[in-house]
Amino acid sequence: MIRLTGVSKGFGGTSVLTGLDLEVPTGTTLAVIGRSGTGKSVLLKCVARLLYADAGFVMVGGEDVGQADPRALRRIRSRMGYVFQFAALFDSMTIGENVEAPLRREGVPPTEARRRAEAVLERVGLGGSADSLPAELSGGMRKRAGIARAVVAEPDYLLYDEPTTGLDPVTTAVIDELMVGLKRDLGATGIVVTHDIRSALRVADSVALLHEGRLHTEGTPQEIRDSTDPLVRAFVEGKSELWPEHSGPGR
Amino acid sequence: MLAWIGRQATSLVALVGRAAQFIWSILAAIGDVRTWVPLTAVQVRRVGVDSIPVAVFIALFTGIVLALQSSYTFTGIVPLYFVGVLVGKSIMLELGPVLTGLVLAGRVGANIAAEIGTMRVTEQIDALEMMAWNPVSYLVVPRVAAGILAFPIIVALALVAGIGAGWLTSISLLDLSTQEFVRGLRMFYEPFDLSYPLIKAASFGAIVAAVGALHGYHTRGGAAGVGRAATRAVVMSCMLILVFDALWAVILL
Repeated sequence: MIRLTGVSKGFGGTSVLTGLDLEVPTGTTLAVIGRSGTGKSVLLKCVARLLYADAGFVMVGGEDVGQADPRALRRIRSRMGYVFQFAALFDSMTIGENVEAPLRREGVPPTEARRRAEAVLERVGLGGSADSLPAELSGGMRKRAGIARAVVAEPDYLLYDEPTTGLDPVTTAVIDELMVGLKRDLGATGIVVTHDIRSALRVADSVALLHEGRLHTEGTPQEIRDSTDPLVRAFVEGKSELWPEHSGPGR
Repeated sequence: MLAWIGRQATSLVALVGRAAQFIWSILAAIGDVRTWVPLTAVQVRRVGVDSIPVAVFIALFTGIVLALQSSYTFTGIVPLYFVGVLVGKSIMLELGPVLTGLVLAGRVGANIAAEIGTMRVTEQIDALEMMAWNPVSYLVVPRVAAGILAFPIIVALALVAGIGAGWLTSISLLDLSTQEFVRGLRMFYEPFDLSYPLIKAASFGAIVAAVGALHGYHTRGGAAGVGRAATRAVVMSCMLILVFDALWAVILL
């Protein structure tokens, strides 16, 4: 289970998250949606402690991420897979080496690491790309390679930062199916940060809408579809005139 | 005006604080030898071997100019074999290590800042952290170690090239024999003349690599931020090289 209690985070006097409470039960996926700049990626980074929360608690599998010492943090992170917004593949390594990297770090022998990396690359549809460099791949392929690297060590927690941003609808559907399949196969607890409402409704067990750094509403995909809340309607229907402020981003 | 001074002072204090914290994190990461030692060899090649041509090029022309200018200055007043003294002492004690350091601040420092800065803005450093690698052990310590190891070797080669160019210039363009040049070269030579530039070179290597890494590590703001980090790294490295050059002279001479 991942639990956030009263999490706040700001930068240079600007508050990004304010007293956020969220809970992701074990084996389920929560999609966090919201307009750009509402703190979705910041939330994810606080869960992985790539950023420190200014206030509140982040509990992952019963451990307090904020209070973890380096050894405990390493243990917590070894159970996490993080899919970065722009994949964050290491430029100097091939795709195969990128995917092997988490296994090599865990001390898995090179031949075993290579075998498992090839299997995962096959799973994400990049079977023939192990020797390519990240720069040689398209955006969608890089995203899939990033997902392969995140899941190769079979983590208990999967954190996706905008996994479908900038992709065409077909590639988005492929990534969505991949995420659903991986959740089924790994049974991992996941958070998907996205502003793609269709993707969120496809992959998540529950959906939370962030607005101005606060949790505005949370519900199952069906509840979100049926919601009459103006913010939710604006998001579901993709109509800016339904958005209360109408004029610009929330922050 | 006062507001501008206040902002500059605040950013200077912040930079000093960041630098102190960064140096501490480098010292703390030295114990993680399993991470940084295997990566150091690659960096020695990139920082060292790849920098030799430019360092030797600078030293060659410095040696030529020094020989010609000293001959011009000494004509009719000081015996011409003093060309060897001036070329040897100037290149060994000052121009060899300092010019090489300044050139490598541009080549190596900017490269390190841009590379690590790009990794920062593309979240590759976050990815390292998620795999439980210490980014300082993985990215910074190998480069600083490579700087400390490679700069003295590069400077040693630059000294040979500079003095060699001064000798060739003396025997081919000036009315000076090899014996006279070598006589001047050995006249005030002390064994410390050789260890002094190498000590300076090692410190310059640490400065260039650490400053490049510091600015790269704290890069913000995409491609423009990477460009700013590289520029700041070069400027700060050059300034620190000159400060430490004076400091070593005060301490060691």
